[in-house]
Formats: sequence, structure tokens, C-alpha cells
Amino acid sequence: MMSDLNKLGLAAARDALRAGETTSVELTEACLAAIDAADGLNAFVHKTPEIALERAAAADARIRAGDAPGMCGLPIGIKDLFCTKGVPSQAGSRILEGFLPEYESTVSQQLADAGAVMLGKLNMDEFAMGSSNETSTYGNAVSPWRRGNDEAALTPGGSSGGSAAAVAADLCLAATGTDTGGSIRQPAAFTGTVGIKPTYGRCSRWGIVAFASSLDQAGPMTKSVRDAAIMLGAMAGHDPKDSTSADLAVPDFEAMLTGDIRGKKIGIPREYRMDGMPDEIEALWTQGADMLRDAGAEIVDISLPHTKYALPAYYVIAPAEASSNLARYDGVRYGHRAKLAQGDGITEMYEKTRAEGFGPEVQRRVMIGTYVLSAGFYDAYYNRARRVRTLIKKDFEDVFAQGIDAILTPATPSAAFGLGEMTEADPVQMYLNDVFTVTVNLAGLPGISVPAGLDRQGLPLGLQLIGRPWEEGDLLNTAYALEGAVGFVAKPARWW
Amino acid sequence: MSIDQNTAARVAKLARIKVEEAALPALASEFNTILGFIEQLNEVDVDGVEPMTSVTPMRLKRRADVVTDGNRQAAVLSNAPDAREGFFAVPKVVE
Repeated sequence: MMSDLNKLGLAAARDALRAGETTSVELTEACLAAIDAADGLNAFVHKTPEIALERAAAADARIRAGDAPGMCGLPIGIKDLFCTKGVPSQAGSRILEGFLPEYESTVSQQLADAGAVMLGKLNMDEFAMGSSNETSTYGNAVSPWRRGNDEAALTPGGSSGGSAAAVAADLCLAATGTDTGGSIRQPAAFTGTVGIKPTYGRCSRWGIVAFASSLDQAGPMTKSVRDAAIMLGAMAGHDPKDSTSADLAVPDFEAMLTGDIRGKKIGIPREYRMDGMPDEIEALWTQGADMLRDAGAEIVDISLPHTKYALPAYYVIAPAEASSNLARYDGVRYGHRAKLAQGDGITEMYEKTRAEGFGPEVQRRVMIGTYVLSAGFYDAYYNRARRVRTLIKKDFEDVFAQGIDAILTPATPSAAFGLGEMTEADPVQMYLNDVFTVTVNLAGLPGISVPAGLDRQGLPLGLQLIGRPWEEGDLLNTAYALEGAVGFVAKPARWW
Repeated sequence: MSIDQNTAARVAKLARIKVEEAALPALASEFNTILGFIEQLNEVDVDGVEPMTSVTPMRLKRRADVVTDGNRQAAVLSNAPDAREGFFAVPKVVE
């Protein structure tokens, strides 16, 4: 029997399973033991050991029978945003306390069909609104990383904070995430893991609790680029139940990982050089560009002139869509309903239920969204933001038309910060975390965060690559070349 | 555009979220911070630019207008905070 099975990635575990060197039950037991020993990270918020062991046994039977689909027997975590049949799915919110879905999200169903083993549900910011996992009803998820010997608890990022912490701490082989403005890529960068947000429409949104429907996409969070390719292949594909899901063939992403990027044109957007950007981020970015050049790519300075307006446009469009999507939480059909006083009518029921059920950040965004959509402001805010979004997308279309294959940027403006360190800051300071990632959602493009180094305090930093629409395979291959050149092997020292 | 307490109260009402009177000044101030950030959009020349309706240039799929699902009353009601006699139950709406 192999040791430390939970530390394997998807590709290594798959190969070991197929070679008969281990079993899915052994892999799953190793992960379940690691999860039980990691309650201090607060990453898994609903554990499903019975489901996991049952699926693991079934996977072992399939492997023995020679019928092993892509992710057969591989134990993974599922973000709480995905509805999983009969298993709590709360989107990190009090308002969905007790909700047991009668159905399974398309993405988690496809993963199950591919043989993956669900270990449980992962912590996240409430309704995926946050960049530090501090808005969750379950309390903070904690990063396994620390600043040297400093015991201060750090954020794993957000909103997919539980997913990032769980993958980085080897509680699972990989996890699902979702990304509306950077919620896969920022936590991946903060935890030294890989996260890809595919092209809008690549993964079905059906059964994933909606935040901002024109921006939300699911994607994998993994220990390597190869693992991301494997898992994205299992998650992606057309779904008649999501009218925005693309009816396009899903290529074999893993087979596209050649590491050969000779002749590729990599754009370096000058607008991403922000005032006050830490030297370390700047140096990391330059180093990344040098590595891609050494691998045979051509580095090209490019301009994306409307970059500065992406965050303000996002903070109109995302809250507007959220205010509409979250109108369904009214205490009637599912979740929390407030206790009513004598004489309270239906309006009081709505108002009290939503005040009790939604946390402060969700309330703030729902109300901002309500305001920008209200009569008299719709044109000034919402329509203007949608026009700016058109311009942001055109910026990318223009550089792709010039022959650019991918764009290299920092993933985040800093390394992970301490939990509670941003409490006193105004909400806009927290929003700036997404400054490099949010453009990608507005333009519907694929983006991937790859670990690229450690800062002076020993914390991971990531670089982001942005690809052409539907060309995740090519993007993953560029990321694979970068990953190989970086040779990132650091892991957090176990303290939990 | 500055949001005063009355506007904050009106927005909370529209959003069907109960906000205590005492919390309104802080809420109005947060709105103003966020809207101040959003005001930057006024610098952009958007003349003749279409508002984006779909980020990918594809037409939404249509399906035949037929019943594909149904007869699942128990499943539909299973998560209701209050369900009676096959219905969702709510406080009295009509006097």
C-alpha cells in the first residue's frame, strides 16, 4: 500500500489506480482521515463519508471490470454552491439552512458519472460574494499557509476559499470552484494551487446557485495544470438545461499538453501595471514573461485601454444580477423563514426573512443592485455599465485579432492577507482583490492561475494567463509550459 | 449622486430587506462609497456603443414547447418552511 495517498494529484492517483497499486477506497480513506484531522481549516463544512466510501467501492468495481472513465475513483471536494442531491447545499448562507436539494447540479453529476468520489461540501463566501471567505455563515475558512513562523491565520482567498484550502492542504485530490469575478483564480493564487475559469458557456450552470448569471462559471481547482485539464474535461460540455451552455465538442484537454509553445504570441498588457503594485508582483510578472520567452514564445506589449473601468462596471452588473437572482429567497419555497410577530403579513415575512438570512455583504450587494436597476437610474448605471462591458470585451477582441494567443498578468495585487485584516477597510478595498481577474469574466474568456513563486514571507503568488474564447486546450498548454519552467514545489508546513 | 437616509430606506424596502432605523446612516454611507467608485464609468465615452446582452455571440437554444417534467409535488414541497395540503403556506395576503 502506498503512503500519503491524499497528497497525490488526479493524474498520479489515476495512474496508480489503473496500475493496481492502490484502490479508490484506500485513496478515499486517506482523504477522509486528512479531512477529520483538519477541522482547524474549516474547509469541509458538510462531510459525506458514507457517500464517498460507497462511490469509492463502486469505482473500484468499475476499475476491476476494465471500465474506468476519466476520473474513476478520484476523491474530490465540491463547493457548497453546487446543489448535491440530498446533501446540504447552502451557498455559505444562513438563508439556505436545512435546504436539501431534490436534484444534482449538472457539473457534479458529470463528475460523478466520470467516477469521481465526493468527499463533502466546501466552505465559501456567502453566495460567492467575497474575496476572503469571511462572509460565510460557516465562519472563515483558513489557509494552510502561514507567514513563516507567524501564527496569524491567513485567508485562503474567496469566494472558493474552502476549495483552495482543501486542495492546498491535501484534504482532497482536487475540488470544484466557481468564478464570477476571480473566485477560482484568486484563491488558487493565494494557496499555491491551479485554478481555471473556462470560457463562459463551457460548463453548465444548471444546479449551481446563481450569483450573477452572465458572469458565473464553474471550473476545477487542482494541484497541477495536468489535473486541471483532466477535471475540466469531465466538468465541461453542452447541457440542454442551461440555455447559455455552448453546444461545442469538448476536446481532450490533457492530450493537448505538449509543453511546446514555440511561436506563440504572449501579450503583456501595460494597463495591468498598477500604481503601488508591490515590487515582488512586478518581478514575478517579468520573470514569468522571461520564462515563456525562453520556451520559444514571443512576448508582445499590448494595450487593453478600458481595464481601469472593469471593476466599477462589475460592481454594477454583478449586484444588479444578484438582486434579481436572490429575489427567490423569500422564505416560501425553501430555506429559512423568520418567526413572525402577531399581525405580520407577507411583506414583513419577506423583509424579516431576508434580513435574518442574508449576511451584511450580501445585503449590501442586493441593495446596490436594486438601486442601479431602479427607475431613473437604470440607464445611468446599469445600461452604462453594460456599454462599458462591450468596450472591455472589444479590447480583448482587438488584441486577439492582432494575433495574440494568450495574455500574461499577475493573478492578484498581493499575497494572501490575514483574516480580519480588512475588517476596517471600506468594501471597495476588498473589491480591489479582483482587479486583474474581473476583466476576464466581463469578456467571457478563459483564465487560469498558475503558482509562480513565493513572496518574502514565504506565501504563494500566482500568475494569470488569459486565453481566446473556447481555446482552453491551448491556454492549458501555455500554463503547462509556464508551470514546468517555474517548477513550483512548495507546500505549507502542517500546523493544523 | 449622494444617497441620503431616506433613499437608503427606500432601497431597503424595494429589496425587501428589513433595515433598522439606527442602521440607515451607516448603510447610506457605504452606498455612497460604492457608488463613488462606480461613478468612474462616467469618464468613458459610450456614444454609439451597444449595451452587452450576451457575452458569447450565440443564440440561446430553443426547445420544443412541450411538458418535459412534472408530477413531483412532494419533491417540490419538500424544502418548504411551511407546506400544507399540497400547497406552500404563507401569511394571509388578502383581507
